[in-house]
Amino acid sequence: MSVAALVPTSKRGRGLTLAGVAAAWVVAYWVNGWVWDRLLFDGLGMEPTARVSETIHFFLYDTIKIALLLVGIIFVVTVLRSYMSVERTRALLGGKREGIGNVMAAGLGVITPFCSCSAVPAFIGFVAAGVPIGVTLSFLIASPLVNEIAIGMLFSLFGWQIAALYVVAGLSIAIVAGWILGRLGVQRWVEPFVFETRLGGQIIDSTAGLTFDQRLQMGAEEVVTILRKIWPYLIVGVGLGAMIHGWAPTDFFTTYAGPGNVFGVLVAVGIGIPLYSNAAGIMPLVQALHEKGLPMGTLLAFMMSVVALSLPEMILLRRVLKPQLLALFVGVVGAGIVAVGYLFNILLA
Amino acid sequence: MIIKVLGPGCTNCVNLERLTREAVNALGLDATIEKVQDYPTIAGYGVMSTPALVVDEKVVVSGRVPNLAQLRELLAPLAS
Repeated sequence: MSVAALVPTSKRGRGLTLAGVAAAWVVAYWVNGWVWDRLLFDGLGMEPTARVSETIHFFLYDTIKIALLLVGIIFVVTVLRSYMSVERTRALLGGKREGIGNVMAAGLGVITPFCSCSAVPAFIGFVAAGVPIGVTLSFLIASPLVNEIAIGMLFSLFGWQIAALYVVAGLSIAIVAGWILGRLGVQRWVEPFVFETRLGGQIIDSTAGLTFDQRLQMGAEEVVTILRKIWPYLIVGVGLGAMIHGWAPTDFFTTYAGPGNVFGVLVAVGIGIPLYSNAAGIMPLVQALHEKGLPMGTLLAFMMSVVALSLPEMILLRRVLKPQLLALFVGVVGAGIVAVGYLFNILLA
Repeated sequence: MIIKVLGPGCTNCVNLERLTREAVNALGLDATIEKVQDYPTIAGYGVMSTPALVVDEKVVVSGRVPNLAQLRELLAPLAS
């Protein structure tokens, strides 16, 4: 059953459907907290300040809230991104020098729709177009690191300043890390077949020529696809967050990992790198940890290391990057994240 | 009609192959469907975003998975 089959065919019908869905979304988001308050505290007579009630309330409220945010963000971002493509990015970056190339690549990495399964063909395509390795790496780093879901969640949880800080930090890491790797002359650690493969035929722009309706459809289908894929992570993330929210004493983390603790950021990144989750699953955890006193810099570093570096991505990149380059890649990006963590702890203290 | 599904084997590529088979069956087309997972060959078609669909050596879709209705619309006029 495709989403498309449910939508009316007339232009007016489609417009009304879109408006209706948007309105329903706003209403649902708005009444979310109120519904659970009434249901749990008035309806079931639970004590608002009891730990169990806090935990359950958090779990229900946050699950719905994050699900709604995901729907909204994924839909809007997918539609907007459908106007950009890897092929067009390649055309824009072809032949650009390092420096300016790194900056453009990082920016494009954020807005270009990019499935990590395309990492290898995209890499080959970039190299064939004369994009320097460092610039290509800036693109590959920025793409997962500055995650649109994370931006939306941070914005809704902590405000636009934190969200903006995250974007700037992510872009900076992508630019600097890519530039450093480029300067190190890492071509010898790229698998040879990348340079030997001839990109034949004409380059097809994957998203040109789509009608607006088709873009909306893509958005809706992407929402369904992603939700179906990540709902277990979401439940686990909200569950952990709910337990921390309900059971950990306030300021729990200030004692052990607060701004005074020098190792806080390192530990956070050390835990974050091997963890595999998506931005949506990690957010409720971030929210709860923040409530309990973990400083924002440490939190952002943790979140970035979870989403930017993951085992599945490393396995895929191993196809084009030799182990030395892969290790260097993880090292430089990890170091950048740690630096950002310390910097923000100082700035935001 | 020779149809090739290009992709390294991630879920999108698997979905594209499945939907393509359904479309071909639904249209009653005389077509063979192959999976191409080898990167040099994929690059040889000029494809940078997988999954992609190649019909009689011409790339018709790249970088996304069309739904069944869209695939049928795409394939029907190509039947020789």
